[in-house]
Amino acid sequence: MGKLEIRDLNKSFAKDDGSRLVVLDHVTFDVNDKEFVCILGSSGCGKTTLLRMIAGLDTAESGSIVLDGEEMKGTNPKVGMVFQEYSLFPWRTVIDNIAFGLEMQGIAKEERYRIAERYLRLVNLMQFRDSYPSELSGGMRQRVAVARALALDPVLLLMDEPFGALDAQTRNMLQQELLEIWEETKKTIIFITHSVDEAVFLSDRIIVLTPRPGRICRIFPVGLPRPRDRTSPEFAQVRREVLDLINQNCSIQ
Amino acid sequence: MSIIGSSVHRIRDHWLGAFAIVLALIFWECYAVFVIRNSFLLPGPGDVLLAFISLLQKGVLYTDFEVSLMHFAIGLAMALIIGIPIGIAMGWNRKADEFLNPLIEILRPIPPLAWIPFAIIWFGFTPVSAGFVIFMGAVFPIMINTYSGFRGVSRIFVEAGRMLGCTRTWDQIRYIAFPAALPSVVSGVRIATGVGWMCLVAAELFGVSNNGLGKDLWFYYDLHQMDAVVVYMLLLGMIGLVIDMIFRYYIDRKFLKWRTGEVA
Repeated sequence: MGKLEIRDLNKSFAKDDGSRLVVLDHVTFDVNDKEFVCILGSSGCGKTTLLRMIAGLDTAESGSIVLDGEEMKGTNPKVGMVFQEYSLFPWRTVIDNIAFGLEMQGIAKEERYRIAERYLRLVNLMQFRDSYPSELSGGMRQRVAVARALALDPVLLLMDEPFGALDAQTRNMLQQELLEIWEETKKTIIFITHSVDEAVFLSDRIIVLTPRPGRICRIFPVGLPRPRDRTSPEFAQVRREVLDLINQNCSIQ
Repeated sequence: MSIIGSSVHRIRDHWLGAFAIVLALIFWECYAVFVIRNSFLLPGPGDVLLAFISLLQKGVLYTDFEVSLMHFAIGLAMALIIGIPIGIAMGWNRKADEFLNPLIEILRPIPPLAWIPFAIIWFGFTPVSAGFVIFMGAVFPIMINTYSGFRGVSRIFVEAGRMLGCTRTWDQIRYIAFPAALPSVVSGVRIATGVGWMCLVAAELFGVSNNGLGKDLWFYYDLHQMDAVVVYMLLLGMIGLVIDMIFRYYIDRKFLKWRTGEVA
């Protein structure tokens, strides 16, 4: 299972002049089990803050985050995360990075390598098993980061613009791979992006946030059959609808 | 092309360096023999070589080396045992930093050799006394580098660890902060070995033992055997160099293999 219910989430930060900057304002939405949802918004709209709260790395001022009926407090092994920055431990080899979470759970070496190798195969990097992250390209590093997050078999996978630093070609390839992994592992995925193209290509539904304060502007069901073709007229049509929505209703007032 | 070019360059650099040493030896010998003409004021390389051979035959050099290494090991071990935990505490915990920082900033600038009187009073004429002086020289570089290494641990690593179930403080230090800070800690230890080694001669000067490279350097000075003094000077320098090379070529490669190809 992996059903997430987010209810009336609020977050603000204190500013230097004593006033408060509202980052998230009454955010409420559901994510269904095995659903792929993108959160789309311009930079500074609070989408990373939202994801960090779901991850348990930040706390909300009010509101609740419930995963499969259980209120989330702090980090949880049922929730995996892939960060925007390169977050692999540079002092560990690829296999030891993927096995890290299992090691923390006290699983014996042989068993955790066996599990880690399964995920290494899933992201097609078997030949880099004993390489260090510094020997890998940006795209490979993020694939290892996905494998590392999946190794603990979370029900919910959070991804914070994971492909943002990659070139367009690599990015398209990784999006395709991610969808294949999603088909295979059937996780619930929440994926943050500011790219309309990426959101339309990946998600079942797109949650569009307004910037400052971050509010849900619209929840947009994509409705295109998979596999999707970026160059098809239907794809272009949906992309245009989302862009129009952002320009007309969801930009800064 | 560039690889070949650089290795040719390296060989030529070595040749140039070796040439400089040979040139200095020749100059030194000529100056000592033809200009100074007094092996007490300036023993030439030939005198030094003879003194070296006679010291070898007496068999004292090995004992000296052993004793000095023991003094050095006592000092460095104490510096590691005390410097690393304090550096970790200050680097990881802001309160510990605020608490200890002023005290350390007062103690740190005191030259290690200024501790000699207290070394004698507290530890007497024992190897621990020499070790203590070396410790005072070595502990601060280790502490400061451990501190700054832990301070510089990227937040993303700690958060990635938390997402993977590394939530207890001790686990975060052991599995994330320490390996991330290790390059800085190692370079602190390397600086500390250099400083500690420099303190050795003074630490052995006040008679903590009957042997030791620093101790016998003074002993032969008292005997006015300056050729033997030069032997000890050169030995001290060379052993210091070897210790540093152990760091550069062994420890870095073994423990910091992951940094190859990484831009620091």
